[in-house]
Amino acid sequence: MGLLLFVYPFVVKDAFWQNVAVLALVSASAAAAWNLLGGITGQVSFGHSIFYGTGAYTTGYLLVRYGLSPWVGMAAGCLVAVALGIVIGFPVFRLRSHYFSIATIAMQQVIFIIVVNNKALGAATGIELPLREASLANLQFSTRDLLPYHLIALALLGVSSLAIWLFMQGKAGAYVKAIRDDEDVARAMGVPVRRYKLYALALSAAITSLAGSYYGMYSLFIDPNVVLSLNLSIAIVLVGVLGGAGSLWGPLVGAWVLQVIQEETRVRLSGAGNALDLVIYGLLVMLIAVVEPAGLIGIGRRLARRLPVRRRAVQR
Amino acid sequence: MTELSQASVSGLLLGAIYALVAVGLTLIFGVMDIVNFAHGDFLMAAMYITFFVWLYGRLDPLVSIPLAALAMAGFGILVYTVLIRRVLKGPVLSQIIVTFGLLVFMRGIAQLAFTANTRGIPDPLVGPVRLVIGGVVAGGAQLTAALGAIVCTVLVYLLLSRTELGSAINAVAQDADAARLMGIDPNRIHLLTWAVAGASVGVAGALLMNFFPVTPEIGAGFGLIAFVVVSMGGFGSLQGALIAGLAMGVIQDVVGLFQPAYGFAAIFALYLVIVMVRPQGLFGAR
Repeated sequence: MGLLLFVYPFVVKDAFWQNVAVLALVSASAAAAWNLLGGITGQVSFGHSIFYGTGAYTTGYLLVRYGLSPWVGMAAGCLVAVALGIVIGFPVFRLRSHYFSIATIAMQQVIFIIVVNNKALGAATGIELPLREASLANLQFSTRDLLPYHLIALALLGVSSLAIWLFMQGKAGAYVKAIRDDEDVARAMGVPVRRYKLYALALSAAITSLAGSYYGMYSLFIDPNVVLSLNLSIAIVLVGVLGGAGSLWGPLVGAWVLQVIQEETRVRLSGAGNALDLVIYGLLVMLIAVVEPAGLIGIGRRLARRLPVRRRAVQR
Repeated sequence: MTELSQASVSGLLLGAIYALVAVGLTLIFGVMDIVNFAHGDFLMAAMYITFFVWLYGRLDPLVSIPLAALAMAGFGILVYTVLIRRVLKGPVLSQIIVTFGLLVFMRGIAQLAFTANTRGIPDPLVGPVRLVIGGVVAGGAQLTAALGAIVCTVLVYLLLSRTELGSAINAVAQDADAARLMGIDPNRIHLLTWAVAGASVGVAGALLMNFFPVTPEIGAGFGLIAFVVVSMGGFGSLQGALIAGLAMGVIQDVVGLFQPAYGFAAIFALYLVIVMVRPQGLFGAR
């Protein structure tokens, strides 16, 4: 799978499909981060655009205002996102299941309103990033061939997935799963519930912020109605859930499917396509909730399990 | 001073509608522990029904109230039968995301079918009515909406507290298995709960259409407010929803008077403070 994603931009030179791949990789990172908190730890956040926006805004602001390299901006964005995550998470983690989800929506709304009324952050119009010389240090490349953008996005996804995988290997992994399965039992067993929820949130916030920073550099425009919107939060959840909440590969599968649907409907139906993709997403999510909560990955596994059984039956 | 009392009165009228929208949400949650994230979009559907009945049938929104209530009750039953019934025994994640999928679906359909255009009814019957007391003006449409909202909330309250059906609903809310042993079919009660919730949001939509234009995105704002009202009042509590709804309306308009951009943010901030101090909400029992 990893190799396929690496070879992809060397083979595929079509602008449309290159763009789909870059966006899919970025949203896969964000969704993998959401998945750590929502799918694996069981804390369904509908406010993850807060962290995505934090990354994008920190990077953009430092670049425009102080001329700092976007790499510095990314690191700074991570720190701000982790700090913000802890400040938000500390009180909000007192709430459970639905209550938690609703509180994350409210948080997102408050932060959105604060940012769009803040002149230093470009208010409602956002921040436009300056075009610089194409180089790795500037994190800007020619848009004729998106190869470098693709490789960096892939590297980010790799680093993010590795960080999540490492997190899951230690006792933190066992603890957060215990919290998802039954918080009261976990607490009775001596799991420091709130602390491990915060760890999961901190890592999740940092990775989401990275994705946001990179998206900002890729699009060279930071629009609060995109990077801080409820719709983005929705999209992040959709990608995570569609691929398969709780699985490591799920977000990547979900991101590809959604990105293809989104770009295809947009191209084919121009303005109205924007709504058709919503209709399809909505149908998919309802279908997954009702039929297979493990998402597309779960459906794939089910099919894979069924196939050899059938073959054997035929042989007999 | 007049400005402040004007803002408080407008806020109260708006708050009554918030409360009515929240009734259906709190009812469903109280009975079956499910949050309908698409609740705001139920309101949107009710508003479009009212609008098109006016556009093609030339019927005033006041006449459409029973129509919208009936249609939305039917829609509630449909949603329960097709989606909710199937996830009740499933994982919590499914229960949270299923209505979330419905929200995305309904918003998409509305945009496809009706485009993003804003649609309002320019000449409702109650439009020209004005009530002026001591320099404070209350529009006829807003007054009707507030009145209808309060009547409807009280009716649902009476249904729950004074009727046999209400006792059955309460029984299922407390313990569905025990209720089944007493000869109550929880499935039927759940179905009725969704019907009542749908009907109440149908009434809210028709009343709101008198003075508020509808867009496919309208559910986002009203839905959010409904969640906030319900979590603040305490999930499952009707009195809580009524009081929190009225409070929200007043706070939004009064804060908006001084800081126009932050009226909306103020209610979310207040909500966050309240649930941090009292996670079960003002009237919630947990």
